Amino acid sequence: MAFATSLSSGFGIWDPVLWIIAIIIGLVIAWLLWRSGVSAYKKGTDQARPYLSGNPEPSKGDVHIRAGNLYWGFTEGIKGYYQRVIPLHTGIATDYLLWIFWVAGILLIIVMVV
Amino acid sequence: MIPGYITTNAPALLIAVPLLGAFLSPLIGRISRDARALWVLAVMTLTALIGYLVAFLVYTEGTLLYVFGATEATLTIPPDSGGIPIRIIFTIDAMSALMVTIAVTVGFAVILYSLTSDSRRSGLEAYYTIFLLMIGAVLGMVSTGDLFNFFVFLEISSLASAGLIAYKVERGRAVEAGLKYLLVSTIGGIFFLFAIGILYGQYNALNIAMLADMIQWTPLDKLALVLIIAALAAKCGAVPMHFWTPDAYSMAPSAVTAMLVVASQASLYGLFRFCFTLYGVTLNYLTIGWVIIILGVLSMIVGVTMAIPQKDIKRLMAYHAVSQTGYMLLGVGVGLAVLGDQALLSSYGTTAMEGGIFHIFNHAMYKGLLFLTAGAIIYQVGTSDLNRMGGLGHRMKWTMIFFIIGSLAIAGIPPFNGFASKFLIYESVFAFSPILSIIAMVVSILTLASFVKVFHSVFMGPPLPGNEQVTEAPKTMLIGMAILATIVIVSGIFPQFFVQNLIAPAAQALIDQAGYVATVLGGV
Repeated sequence: MAFATSLSSGFGIWDPVLWIIAIIIGLVIAWLLWRSGVSAYKKGTDQARPYLSGNPEPSKGDVHIRAGNLYWGFTEGIKGYYQRVIPLHTGIATDYLLWIFWVAGILLIIVMVV
Repeated sequence: MIPGYITTNAPALLIAVPLLGAFLSPLIGRISRDARALWVLAVMTLTALIGYLVAFLVYTEGTLLYVFGATEATLTIPPDSGGIPIRIIFTIDAMSALMVTIAVTVGFAVILYSLTSDSRRSGLEAYYTIFLLMIGAVLGMVSTGDLFNFFVFLEISSLASAGLIAYKVERGRAVEAGLKYLLVSTIGGIFFLFAIGILYGQYNALNIAMLADMIQWTPLDKLALVLIIAALAAKCGAVPMHFWTPDAYSMAPSAVTAMLVVASQASLYGLFRFCFTLYGVTLNYLTIGWVIIILGVLSMIVGVTMAIPQKDIKRLMAYHAVSQTGYMLLGVGVGLAVLGDQALLSSYGTTAMEGGIFHIFNHAMYKGLLFLTAGAIIYQVGTSDLNRMGGLGHRMKWTMIFFIIGSLAIAGIPPFNGFASKFLIYESVFAFSPILSIIAMVVSILTLASFVKVFHSVFMGPPLPGNEQVTEAPKTMLIGMAILATIVIVSGIFPQFFVQNLIAPAAQALIDQAGYVATVLGGV
């Protein structure tokens, strides 16, 4: 059903207002469920401490996962792709220009032939 | 009400105000830094108001014509010119009006932001002069109806951008990035000038409408189009001519980077304008459409995959800018590929174009916002290295909120504006080629993954050593970000309003080559 706020693609519709209303209803239901629970949490007690198999907790700064450690698996998984693509980014200005000439040349062949 | 002489001359004022403001800025700066800051803000505010006035006039009254030097602003063909529009003419249709709206909105937000973010630097008299020149040049590029005039504004934009990229120096690294940008821009400019020469030599005209009326598909016309595509695709950062973008975007001051995105989009506008309005159905639209689509797909894939391993926040965002340009090329490229087939154009081609054009608008807002948040982080932390950031969410709550808004928008998460334009692209491109649509969706998922990485490493966890004393960004910087964030939210929640009133007329303006020609030549 399309409303004044619906965006139509010709194949389907997207209505963010309806979506937001649905999300709000969902959040209210979640809040009501949460509110009906029994609160056993006590801040500042042992409950709030992480359990690391009995080992002392390292300082927070030491356990922060930094950007360089994220998505290692992803980059490793498509290592072959990165081994080819990263070296193309040489940082050399003449290479940048060469790519423009290559593209213009290939385009010219395509446009003239096809 | 607005006096008639202002509305009549609004297209000229759109360029005159920032140019005049630019050259008076060093003089005003002699009084005091505050006076210069106020002057620059006043000039940009006035430019923005004129820009909105121009856009309003276009959307309510139709295409605006402004003939420089004529007795009447709409006298496109002088009686003694032999039927040739010899003067410089600004032809501002709905597509140009959209670009003007984007440029003045982002321009205002970034000028406001830079009054604080760049206040610590020296050489501000040159900085603001070049910044306003760049904004004026971008407005000229998207307003002009003259091929050579477009080249002039393109060159002004390139020179100003190169100066601003090199502005920080940064032990020579920023200067190197500026030089690389200048080299690429110069080659692009030479290509473009050569194309103009080819067309002028054949048709004895420089006016886009006049050329569009006469153009055929001769081998020389083909060569001219190839040169135009190569030049403007390189300037907008399409893969494999994107190599300058991470260098330039990462080394420029963040306010400049946000405006560089708009400058790149002005080149993208030029690419679309010349394909659709100058050549139209005379070109081999299926082949050229596929060329644009392939450039788009390459940009999406290479951009996002190169972004993921980056450790510098601005280089990462620069690669995402390349990736997002791919969506625009894909959407509008599909429209171009079916330009000559009215049934397919009506079925999904126009929607794909609307998606691509809406993405230009959305991208300018959320990518501008993201670069401004990156600038605020760098301003407070003193580094752009993601490995040296952490826990800033405790100290920079507003910046974090703006970053989340920008990140969700770029990743195409509802209800932000990035989703709305991607929704149009996904659905319409699926009808053209399902695999292209699937690639676009996968790229969005990777974009989300990449920004989750940035969010986690910058804002989550405890403050890292050296980050404990970080405070929130200054208010003017937050206001600049808030303006763009508000537009991201509003255009995401009410996309239909934007598409109906801004985007659909822009797409129609590109498609309607005959209407453009008739407006300028009056049916000649």
